[in-house]
Amino acid sequence: PFNEYKLNFGKSKEACLNYIQEAVLQKQWKRAAEFLTSYAEALEKDFSKGPSCPSEIIWRIGTEILCHHPHSSMREFSSFIEQMKTLAIKRYLKVCLEHSFHLLCNGMIDEASQNLSLAVSWRFGEQSILQDKEMKLIQAYEGLLDYYRWSKQKNVLLERGEDEYEDLSVEREMHSYFRKAALNLKEIIQVPGVWDIFVQCYVDLLEFYGDNEEARQVLKEYAYNSKFPSNPNAHVYLYQFLKRHGESKKSLISVLKILHDLVPSHELMIDFNTMLQKSKKRRNRRLGLEVIFAVLDYAGWKENMKAWSCLARQVKQIVSSEKHLDWIKQEWNYRKDWWPAFHFSHYLAKRNWQENESLSYEKALVAGILLGKDCKYFRYVSKQGCTAQVKRFQTLKKFVHKHSPIYLRTSG
Amino acid sequence: RNFDKPCAQCSEVNWGVTDGGRFYCRSCHNVIERTREVVSTDFISNSRVQSVSRGFRKRKENGICEWYVCEGFQLVLKKQAEALETLGVCPQMKDEVLWNFWRRYLQKSKQAYCNRPSGEAVKALSVYDSSTDVGSEQERPNLFDLSLSESEGDLQTDCNFASSSSRVSENTSVCSGSVDGSLYLMRNQKEKLRMTMPMTLSLCYMALLWLREPITLSELLRFTVEGHIPYLNVFQHFPEKMRIYGLDLKIFCVESWPVYEEVYNKMHELAAFLDLPRFPDITESCFLHPDMLCMKYLMEANLPDELHNWTCRVVKKIHIGEADFLTLVPGNKSTRKVKYDVLAVAVIIVVLKILFLLDDHYEWLLSDFAEERNENNKEGPPYFEIKKWYKVIKCSLDAEEKKLDEEKAKYLWRCDKPLFYSVQKKAKVLKRRQMVVNLQNQFGKLSGSVQPTEKPKPSSFQLRWSEENPDGACFHGHSLEGILQEKCGLLTSMNPDYWLCTQKLCNGKECGHVAHYRDVDFPQSYHFVLRLFSFLLRIQPSYIHDEVCVIEQELFNKNRCKERKYKRLKK
Repeated sequence: PFNEYKLNFGKSKEACLNYIQEAVLQKQWKRAAEFLTSYAEALEKDFSKGPSCPSEIIWRIGTEILCHHPHSSMREFSSFIEQMKTLAIKRYLKVCLEHSFHLLCNGMIDEASQNLSLAVSWRFGEQSILQDKEMKLIQAYEGLLDYYRWSKQKNVLLERGEDEYEDLSVEREMHSYFRKAALNLKEIIQVPGVWDIFVQCYVDLLEFYGDNEEARQVLKEYAYNSKFPSNPNAHVYLYQFLKRHGESKKSLISVLKILHDLVPSHELMIDFNTMLQKSKKRRNRRLGLEVIFAVLDYAGWKENMKAWSCLARQVKQIVSSEKHLDWIKQEWNYRKDWWPAFHFSHYLAKRNWQENESLSYEKALVAGILLGKDCKYFRYVSKQGCTAQVKRFQTLKKFVHKHSPIYLRTSG
Repeated sequence: RNFDKPCAQCSEVNWGVTDGGRFYCRSCHNVIERTREVVSTDFISNSRVQSVSRGFRKRKENGICEWYVCEGFQLVLKKQAEALETLGVCPQMKDEVLWNFWRRYLQKSKQAYCNRPSGEAVKALSVYDSSTDVGSEQERPNLFDLSLSESEGDLQTDCNFASSSSRVSENTSVCSGSVDGSLYLMRNQKEKLRMTMPMTLSLCYMALLWLREPITLSELLRFTVEGHIPYLNVFQHFPEKMRIYGLDLKIFCVESWPVYEEVYNKMHELAAFLDLPRFPDITESCFLHPDMLCMKYLMEANLPDELHNWTCRVVKKIHIGEADFLTLVPGNKSTRKVKYDVLAVAVIIVVLKILFLLDDHYEWLLSDFAEERNENNKEGPPYFEIKKWYKVIKCSLDAEEKKLDEEKAKYLWRCDKPLFYSVQKKAKVLKRRQMVVNLQNQFGKLSGSVQPTEKPKPSSFQLRWSEENPDGACFHGHSLEGILQEKCGLLTSMNPDYWLCTQKLCNGKECGHVAHYRDVDFPQSYHFVLRLFSFLLRIQPSYIHDEVCVIEQELFNKNRCKERKYKRLKK
């Protein structure tokens, strides 16, 4: 790897870059700075305009170093960034944008805002046209900051509450921020992309001023427009909005159905299942069972009380009514090969009993129904429960024994 | 003419004018910067007529200095020679030898300088040639002081090269600071050797060799990389008046370090081109003689002094210590070209193979035996344990290589003097340079370590081992007793075997090598010693391997059937 005998400028800088990258990965900031000092002269031979040209490398790595180096300051960072802005005109707006991010992350809202408005007014012939995407983003973040200011004013007003005097200036400011924010935010969310934060803020603005129709429209577009990348959050926002405004269960269900398709393990699935279980429509209840089973396919839900209690409740209800046992059969069919080891091992039985008695109760019920009263899990837990003379376990034992033939029907 | 200032060198007032437009003193041939333009008008009109008839160079009215590429190289050589003198080389090199070579080169090459009417060529030559006879020692103006000295402020201070251009041919008009930059680059390759930056080192080495100075080529190149000899950015030393830009950059600005082979081969070409006679003999007392160099490298490699006896024996056996073999005879194609440093380390490696076999097995056995003996017997010098040596050297070598790699990565190639191809680019170049300097300042402060402002002093030895070191890390005084035996009154190695690096030498027509080295094909120990010496010499292991093969072929020619051939180790 070492000893390149024909050493020239290019190879030397390449080697230098390797050392820089190694140092950055190992968080050795002083060493990285040392090598970057040597790398800087690569700028004088910067002929390439591609993505990994020296000027871009220096910008990105320099930023990284200045962010983490113990002796670096915001002032140094800013002076560095100003140089980077002039270095490559083709990247000017991008650098401005990232600079603003950095300022925001450091809580320097006003400076970030100044930066953004400077960037917005930048004109450089053809370049400002070519960089219109970045420009839109910059305007969007301006909108975001305006929203933030609006929000602060709003809180001021709300705190004042029903006061004798009305502070018109505050209201006026609020409105002006609102107008600016709304304008910019609306612009960006029309472009296909993932704009969670912009959407949320915009919707918040609209709702405050009572424009629910527009808000609903925006959220629907965001969730359903096929041009936009598939984004579970879009559906979550829509659902939350509809719920807030008391929309019908039907519409709520249709939104959550899509979310279930996208992210079966989403936390809203619990609410979804609860809603579906209560539904009068058979197909909804069927869906509910599907949903809750799907949730428990994921390791993150293994110890979740709510999920298990939902499943247990529904299973119990079906078994008690002795109607739609085939639903259970269908769902269990996909899972009978691996759920026993996944959820109902002897080890888990012991652990669940020790750590969370209620959880083991719910799980035991499900296990008892799905795997029969002789399965490891049920036997252990119910024995423990009965020995400890906890009433509900005794009831559980009776229940499962009573319905044990069902196991044979569902497992076949 | 009207100019009646006495000559700075000889105090005469006897001025002539060269074709280059400069005044020269007819008595001592001292040329000064003063150009014709400064003198009376009638003279100027004469010159204009002359220049128009020549149709070669455009003349500017405002007293600019024009310089030729060869003057640039002359300055480079001057700087290099001065640096070498600082390093301890005798002044004779700078004052006589190098100058003579250079003058001869100019003669040989200018005669075929294209596009120049021969009349002009001869006249220009007259400046340099104090007499027609090459070896004259009488009145030789010190060329290095010619034409670049400051005159007494006669020149206009504002020399603007911006629009200086040399018309090369009808269709091209290219910019360069020098008068003949574009011409220089256009010259036919087949013609006489065109001077390049690497060739300046070749020329220096040739002069050093002539004087048999104690510097090997690898050392010269190492000193150059370490910055003790001007090479990179040497144009920094050009005076302000000598503007360098445009095509000059292609000639004088290098962006890579020259390779040993390149400099070495050019040296031979130059020697032949200059029709030089046989160089002064390399004898046993010379530094460059294998016996001497072997001693040096043995010390540097921390190997026992006793090995020197063996290297001398090998040298004697294959007759590589003889003056006829070692001395350079330019143009003689039948004699082998000798790389003194490579030869010496190759001999050492062969000796190591003779004594220790280096098959990744036998040497460790010998070492274990030596270790045992050393534990039981504390008297006298310890037996040499190659295992210990390996550990010590490997540790140092790893550290030094790592340091070297980092230095190479941190190397700064640029200097403050701006380089630009055209005046339009100048502003951009300066701006960039300013930004680079700012960045260097900013991140330099964050580096934590204080950058050493002084260059470390150059030294011939890169690795040093001292007997005073309590670790016992110095092996110079160790004894080879454990691995030697006496046979018929002669000391031989206990090791009866030897493996040849190659059965047959390649003729090198296509590949340029006599052997093809791949480290996987050879024992690790062999690879290690190659690595050690290739670090010291800063050349590729394969070059040393080539030399080892050649020596082996000479040492063990096929008539000696006692030697068993080595079967390649299969991993």
